[in-house]
Amino acid sequence: MQSILAVDDSASMRKMVAFTLTGAGFHVVEAVDGQDAFEKAQTHHIDLVLTDQNMPRLDGLGLTKKLRESTKFKTTPILILTTESSDAMKQAGRAAGATGWLVKPFDPGRLIEVIQKVIR
Amino acid sequence: MTEMTHESGGNGNFDLTQFYQIFFEEAGENLDQMEQMLLALDVDNADDEELNAIFRCAHSIKGGAATFGFADVAELTHQMESLLDKLRRHELQPTPPMVDVLLESSDALKLLLARHSGKDVAPPATHALVERISVLASGEAPASAAPAPAPVAAAPAPVAAPAAPLAVSAPVPAGSRELEIHIGPLEQITQADSIAELFRDISGLGSIEALPCDAADRRIYRVVTTSSDADLMDLFTFHVSKEHINIIERHAPAPKAASKPLANEGTDFGFFDDAPGLPGSAPAAAAAEPAPAPAPAVAPEPVAQVTPVAVAAPKPAAVPKAAPAAAQASLESSTLRVSVSKVDQLINLVGELVITQAMLAQKSRELDSAANQPLLAGLADLDRNTRDLQEAVMSIRMIPMSVVFNRFPRMLRDLAAKLGKKVELITHGEATELDKGLIEKITDPLTHLIRNSCDHGIEMPDERRAKGKTEHGNITLSASHQGGSILIEVRDDGKGLSREKLLRKAREKGIDAPDSLSDGEVWSLIFAPGFSTAEEVTDVSGRGVGMDVVKKNIASLGGTVEIDSAEGYGMSVKVRLPLTLAIMDGMTVRVSDEVYILPLSSVVESFQINPKDINTVAQGSQLVKVREEYMPVIELERVFNVPRFEFNAASPIMVVVEAEGSRVALMVDELLGQQQVVIKNLESNYRKVPNVSGATILGDGKVALILDTSVLVRRSRH
Repeated sequence: MQSILAVDDSASMRKMVAFTLTGAGFHVVEAVDGQDAFEKAQTHHIDLVLTDQNMPRLDGLGLTKKLRESTKFKTTPILILTTESSDAMKQAGRAAGATGWLVKPFDPGRLIEVIQKVIR
Repeated sequence: MTEMTHESGGNGNFDLTQFYQIFFEEAGENLDQMEQMLLALDVDNADDEELNAIFRCAHSIKGGAATFGFADVAELTHQMESLLDKLRRHELQPTPPMVDVLLESSDALKLLLARHSGKDVAPPATHALVERISVLASGEAPASAAPAPAPVAAAPAPVAAPAAPLAVSAPVPAGSRELEIHIGPLEQITQADSIAELFRDISGLGSIEALPCDAADRRIYRVVTTSSDADLMDLFTFHVSKEHINIIERHAPAPKAASKPLANEGTDFGFFDDAPGLPGSAPAAAAAEPAPAPAPAVAPEPVAQVTPVAVAAPKPAAVPKAAPAAAQASLESSTLRVSVSKVDQLINLVGELVITQAMLAQKSRELDSAANQPLLAGLADLDRNTRDLQEAVMSIRMIPMSVVFNRFPRMLRDLAAKLGKKVELITHGEATELDKGLIEKITDPLTHLIRNSCDHGIEMPDERRAKGKTEHGNITLSASHQGGSILIEVRDDGKGLSREKLLRKAREKGIDAPDSLSDGEVWSLIFAPGFSTAEEVTDVSGRGVGMDVVKKNIASLGGTVEIDSAEGYGMSVKVRLPLTLAIMDGMTVRVSDEVYILPLSSVVESFQINPKDINTVAQGSQLVKVREEYMPVIELERVFNVPRFEFNAASPIMVVVEAEGSRVALMVDELLGQQQVVIKNLESNYRKVPNVSGATILGDGKVALILDTSVLVRRSRH
């Protein structure tokens, strides 16, 4: 079973994402912010990281940069959830080493669809 | 990529309603947090991290509201977020009117959320709030805020240039078109809102934002979409007839080259070319250093419209450093939401375990310690483990007083403004923990006390100045542990209580109030039903109900209230509460063959007496002289009609208990010891018994009554 690290400081969003992904047959590891996610990433096997951008302590871009520094996460897909799909945001995402982005709000089906484009 | 594929959404397969409750709770917490931070915000010297944290609250609510389909909540939070975003980017300087409108919006959001969660409350008028926020966010001082135009006008100037392109036209995603949609004239212009909602409801349709429009019966929207005009028209005509819609192209389709940096994208998602993690991306390419600064190879020129300012924009959020936010987050990461009923069940079971353990311990004393050594050692372990378990379980229900304290700054702010007073609230000991049940029940009484302090205690600013006090009054709210109980104090430096006025008032009300009453007893008069000392009744407090209710509520929690005051200097109300409703430190006493429990918190001292020291005065009441002071005596055996078989024996021990500022001496036969007792409610299991506040099961399985010391003290007065 493939494992997804779902990072969001909002509990309702996290629950929604976790529920959606487990329903689609993924294993989900939840984290409440970038720092928590980074710590969990060290101890779990992760096939894809789905992270919110705006979070306390460490945001999505910061998490992406930190993960990309380690060999374990060099090629792991990292998707950033963001409310702004501005080019500035995309630019920052690319520079940080993210794989892609998904605009919030999204519906659950759409989330699975996008994820399945990256991992199967 | 083909968009407009909303059939692929599959929203119908998912029941989002199951997440509503979590969302409501979370949004409520976010609003509370935002409110506290707004109240604490120093507008002239706002901290970046504070502004970020406030922004995150609005942002988080907006995200959830949009996902779960609460369009009205999303719309208002979106406006708040836009304003807060400008504040945290220092494009605007925070001003008091901004704080006001954000606080009002927070109130409105609470109502909206209450409505969505099925409560019957009036819908708040959010439209005016949205307008006010957008005026403030535009950086123009509203006409009404004329007195403070200087900082507002000064702030936008240096940053206006980078701000403008962001606000006026967000960058258009590659492959999509920017349109202006003109709607109207319509008799019901609100119909046009349904079009905006379409964009929220249908993912992949694109983005929409309202543009300013002078005519009241028209709306203009800026839309970024990949859909064709015909597709859009088909959708729009569900809500507005065709002749009232005009679609105008604002931008030619973005040049093909612009889509190049993105390997694979729709309007709502996208993947970066050669990005690590994409299926099929060569490992070598993927392993390439994700350059900290965009290297030319990684960032081709077509996206050059990005200004340095915009690139740097997410930075403030990327370097959160404030400790409180971090502490909060780590707290959340290690917490678990459990229903209160489960915890209560656990506490109940532990209570039973404690009783069983006590029973075993008692029985074990009869055993031969040499022959039963292993058993006794095991029982000693059980004793220790049970105690630890009990403590650990009780601590689950403990929550910090800050939960209650946090609601007062806002309340006082509004109240002081209404009364034209200046008040500062100082809080101490917010981290002091108290049982959840008590916290919930103490909120109302405390609210009342603080209102009273503000309304009746604190003087008007000029009156205070005339008295040589500071213009703003201080209300201090503190919580601390004292022995087995918690002490909450509400103290103000207002005008205090007047002994003469209280006595006069009491007599007018027909209360027997001799001049010989001690100060404590005079202050206690305000707890009499229907007693109010305010010169006139205000709509804030002072309807003459209240203090008696406050006292009754606190007493029902097993707590006491004490008042202290110095006329002209202020007053203090001390509320003493047991730490928990379920367990109490008790002193076990014996009267003939009966065992009673006294709350240890009310026991002052105990001593042996000579029967000669007891004096009987008029109406058969008895007094004992303790250190040159006479104290009423209560014979427990008479109060409870305890049968006694040795007729000449008299209870030789006095236990002095204190409640409500008075003391009485209780006559008992023997002090058996101190122990923690699990309180069982007698009223719900049997019926209300006078002089008794509850019962407990002793180690030997017998039931012992817990005495209500405040009733006993009151009894001695009559």
